[in-house]
Amino acid sequence: MMEKMIFGRYLPGDSITYRLDPRSKLIFIFLFIFAVFLANNTVTYAILLTFTVFVILLSKIRIPFLLGGLKPILFLVVFTLLMHLFLTREGDVLFQWKFITIYEEGLRQGIYISLRFLILVLMTTVLTLTTSPISITDGVETLLNPLKRLKLPVHELAMMMSIALRFIPTLMDETDKILKAQLARGSDISSGSIQQRVKAVIPLLVPLFVSAFKRAEDLAVAMEVRGYRGGEGRTRFRKLQWKTSDTMVLVLLGVLSAIMLYFRG
Amino acid sequence: MNFAYAPNTPFEKKALHDINASIKSGSYTAVIGHTGSGKSTLLLHLNGLLKPTEGTVQVGDTLITSETKGKALRNVRRNVGIVFQFPEHQLFEETVEKDIMFGPLNFGIPEEEARARAHELIEMLGLPKEVAKKSPFELSGGQMRRVAIAGVLAFNPSVLILDEPTAGLDPQGRREIMELFERFHKEEGLTTVLVTHSMEDAARYAEHVIVMHEGHAVLDGPPEEVLTDAEQLAMYRLELPRSVRFQRDFERLVHHKLPKPALTEEQLAVMIAELAKEMGEPK
Repeated sequence: MMEKMIFGRYLPGDSITYRLDPRSKLIFIFLFIFAVFLANNTVTYAILLTFTVFVILLSKIRIPFLLGGLKPILFLVVFTLLMHLFLTREGDVLFQWKFITIYEEGLRQGIYISLRFLILVLMTTVLTLTTSPISITDGVETLLNPLKRLKLPVHELAMMMSIALRFIPTLMDETDKILKAQLARGSDISSGSIQQRVKAVIPLLVPLFVSAFKRAEDLAVAMEVRGYRGGEGRTRFRKLQWKTSDTMVLVLLGVLSAIMLYFRG
Repeated sequence: MNFAYAPNTPFEKKALHDINASIKSGSYTAVIGHTGSGKSTLLLHLNGLLKPTEGTVQVGDTLITSETKGKALRNVRRNVGIVFQFPEHQLFEETVEKDIMFGPLNFGIPEEEARARAHELIEMLGLPKEVAKKSPFELSGGQMRRVAIAGVLAFNPSVLILDEPTAGLDPQGRREIMELFERFHKEEGLTTVLVTHSMEDAARYAEHVIVMHEGHAVLDGPPEEVLTDAEQLAMYRLELPRSVRFQRDFERLVHHKLPKPALTEEQLAVMIAELAKEMGEPK
């Protein structure tokens, strides 16, 4: 059921995108989000879209797979489009039928906003598909390191993040198992009124919580047994290495932003 | 019948290949195989929790294909109960009684009948009467297991599927639970499918054995044949049941064949005793 969803998942593979330092990828995504907001007319959106397609091609992820996996999110994109289409009341009337009126501005806004959303989702998905969860947390930890001076528990935060990421598939499996067990006992989640459906979730959630707490306790014991005392004096097996290609990525983003600023309306 | 997880994605994983088998109603079948051989995937097909990617599964009169939906599946599930590995993980209700009644109520059995059945099962499974009103989370591991098993037996399925029901129990608990299933199998005329690692359990209880290996059903037949073929079993990374191994060593040492394969220690003991008598008499 959930096996098709790829948002936030890692797909082992090899391409330039895979080999980049997680730090450069994280900085890139962070800044890219701002760059996306620079777009405000057809030309800039076209540039942005071309750039996104370029990045996807570079990552060697198959586009049908990417779009197929994002279907649940594409629904949100379409929803955004429709909301703007029907609710914005500005500009010339393009279309009128009974109580439905569509304005030019609504159409434009709808397309822009949903495109913006789609581009952001595509880019972040490329990031998670090509960066293993461990690299992501390593990257986050190193990037946040300066904040240690402000007494922020950076290592602990990164550890929490990696544990959370690590347990997503485990909890998914667990959910799947419990779901199967309850389905076999005649529980029915996919039909009935909303009230009935909400009630049908309880047999799923209670066992899931029970096992999640048990797992957390086991994990804490296992970590303590192996002498875990937090980040103090801890060394790494895999050192992060900043390469020329990483600098290039950020330069590329700078160029993109400059072009966008130039064509901005 | 074929099955693949996540077909047509980069995560695709073919789990079952060309399985062709039938299980007679009223029989006791064991499905054995080492870890990852597809045993558990196969059993999920028997009540429509997974649907075959290609081919069909027939349960009673209902045919399950990749297209089957809703009502037909519900009907199959009503008749096929599954006791999963570590079934105690599915407990969730406030009281043991309510948890056992969960299945029956879902399948539309009237409340009073379900309650009566729950109390009957608590007694049959050897649990103290007062657990009915307790929270299932207060019980010991073994007791939780029994409650979870009761939750499956509660809707009177005609086919009972057991996925390593004794994993993680102590030897005595194992024996008790297995005897219990044997009793239910006989008394209620159930069709039982036992998925297990234990060659001994397969030999002792089953009248039909299917061996799975890398998604293929490689051996299929009565235990006297399947479980005594050391070469074949070794090929699929399985061993002979203990009693059969003992019998082989014994036969080699005394240069004398016993009349039939010993599937349990008891059978073996009887045959050896008879042999000893026979050999002792002429003197």
